[in-house]
Amino acid sequence: MTLAITAGILVAGAVYLLMRREMLLIILGFVLLSHAANLIIMAAGGASRREEPFGTPDDISVVADPLPQAFVLTAIVIAFAITIFMLVLAGTGTDTDNAEDGATDEDEPQPNESGTAEPSMSNEREEASA
Amino acid sequence: MIGSLLPLFVAIPLIAAGFLTIIGHRPRLHLVVMFAVITGALAGSIALVAALVGGRTYAHGVGSWGFGIAIPFVADMFSALMLVVTGLLAVVCVLFAVIAHRTMSRFFAPLILVLVGGVNGVLLTADLFNMFVFIEVMLLPSYGLFVLARYGEAPLGRIAGARLYVVLNLLTSTIFLIGVGFVYGTAGTVNMAELAGAAAEDSTVAIAGSLCLFALGIKAAIVPVHGWLAKAYPATSPAITALFSGLHTKVAIYGIYRIYAYMYDGDARWLWIGVLLFCATMLLGVLGAVGEKTTRSILAFHMVSQIGYIMLGIALFTEAGLAAGIFYLLHHMIVKASLFLSTGAIEVTYGSGKIGEVQGMAKREPILAAAFFVAALSLAGIPPFSGFVAKMSLIFAALDAGQIAAVVIMLVVSIITLLSMLKIWGGVFWGKEKFPETPPITAGSALATTQVAAQKKVGAALMAPAVILALVTLGLGLGAELLMSLSQTAAAGLLDPTSYIEAVMGS
Repeated sequence: MTLAITAGILVAGAVYLLMRREMLLIILGFVLLSHAANLIIMAAGGASRREEPFGTPDDISVVADPLPQAFVLTAIVIAFAITIFMLVLAGTGTDTDNAEDGATDEDEPQPNESGTAEPSMSNEREEASA
Repeated sequence: MIGSLLPLFVAIPLIAAGFLTIIGHRPRLHLVVMFAVITGALAGSIALVAALVGGRTYAHGVGSWGFGIAIPFVADMFSALMLVVTGLLAVVCVLFAVIAHRTMSRFFAPLILVLVGGVNGVLLTADLFNMFVFIEVMLLPSYGLFVLARYGEAPLGRIAGARLYVVLNLLTSTIFLIGVGFVYGTAGTVNMAELAGAAAEDSTVAIAGSLCLFALGIKAAIVPVHGWLAKAYPATSPAITALFSGLHTKVAIYGIYRIYAYMYDGDARWLWIGVLLFCATMLLGVLGAVGEKTTRSILAFHMVSQIGYIMLGIALFTEAGLAAGIFYLLHHMIVKASLFLSTGAIEVTYGSGKIGEVQGMAKREPILAAAFFVAALSLAGIPPFSGFVAKMSLIFAALDAGQIAAVVIMLVVSIITLLSMLKIWGGVFWGKEKFPETPPITAGSALATTQVAAQKKVGAALMAPAVILALVTLGLGLGAELLMSLSQTAAAGLLDPTSYIEAVMGS
């Protein structure tokens, strides 16, 4: 139950942060979300067995399932890699890390740097500000 | 014996990619190795299809561990056909990318190779967690390609597109991962052969599996969750849009077909959800396309609509329906790439993909116009081309299953598809010659800065990829029996997983 409550809190925090405007907060939301995912996978291995799966255990029924641990280990590095890439994306592009900058949002007039932008994109942007 | 060669589809691209990063920046060697590997993969997958005719299945437990412990690599007709078509698209789109963007980024070739390795891995694996890992192997180089493909610099719009793309994909991957966790928690395994029928028997497994299906549904851009694709795909360079259009969403569709056919055993209780969602996808996707103003965003919305058609095959879950869906999937990957490549060639050369800014291309570029026209008619489903066979068989399958509403929507959507294809035709190819005022900044048209627009033309090499794929769709339309019989073999494999399960267990 503790695992479920913790995962629930993490997901709630993640959803809240993902809805925010700043890219950095969105990234923090993803950090929380991948924490939640890892916790869920650890819980999937059966949380009642707590001995470490290491060496030659006397009683196999109290040893934790090693497969979810391997899953989590893999998922951690993948999420880590993407988080790094997202942090770089947050620092590239404009001088702020506002996630709604650029062509993904047509409702707001965009900072127009069409001199460097691809023609089709700058067209979209003109259209948006028109 | 053949089974133990399957991991090479993943190993060789990855080894080659590692090799290319080590040797540093030698553009010519990079190109040679990249094309050698991806054409080799294409040849290998064609040989695999030939070896699989008759409904055989090959499997290999990696590391020669026993069943249930090893990660299984399985090839049946469905995965082999997907390997062939994704292989073909990789070769053709990369060719286009190389010609269009002569100044390639330093890591272009390694990224493409990792992408191909990842796609092959998703198609061949029979293990849910391993599928997640290979999806990430496929996505990570895609993020790089999304921003890097041209010049080694990225305009602002592309960064914004990349942010959306990365955020969306990380979110869905995490949902998929959570789904895999729940499947392991409820069913006790993530091996597809052991999971066979598990979700049909136990509703907790079905709920867990539905999370995986939902995540793959977002990646495939099914209607309630399709907006990202229409925004993100037009934001990258034309060559990369074409490449991604054939690989990413289609791999997700493949995943949904596999999971629903095996894990859910085609459970008839939930098929109505599919019919509902996929009909909505067809309709809303095509309506979005009618409203767009640049060629690539029109085509991106069309992709959403066509994904609805493909997915309807699994929602019918009859032999005819699955075969039609698989045929549609293979046909659509080729046609869509052809459309993105022919309009992309114009965008690269003349610098604009906006409807009405470039005009009169039919007279100026007759071969390219013909390629676009063929692919557009094929997309709408006009007789001599493969789209007709695909739509026809899908409509018959839907009639057989009694889904009259779906048939009506399919027919109506075809008309709207034709309408917006004619809009591109009228806006870009028809009329008097007209060029955008601002010179394009693409590397493929470096001449543009020194010469006036009227002296440029799309080179033969740049239009070749679109023409090749247009010829393939014509060939598939005239000689449809071959691909149809292969699709039926693939559908039989989905309908009856026995040989798949036996192959995995014996590996």
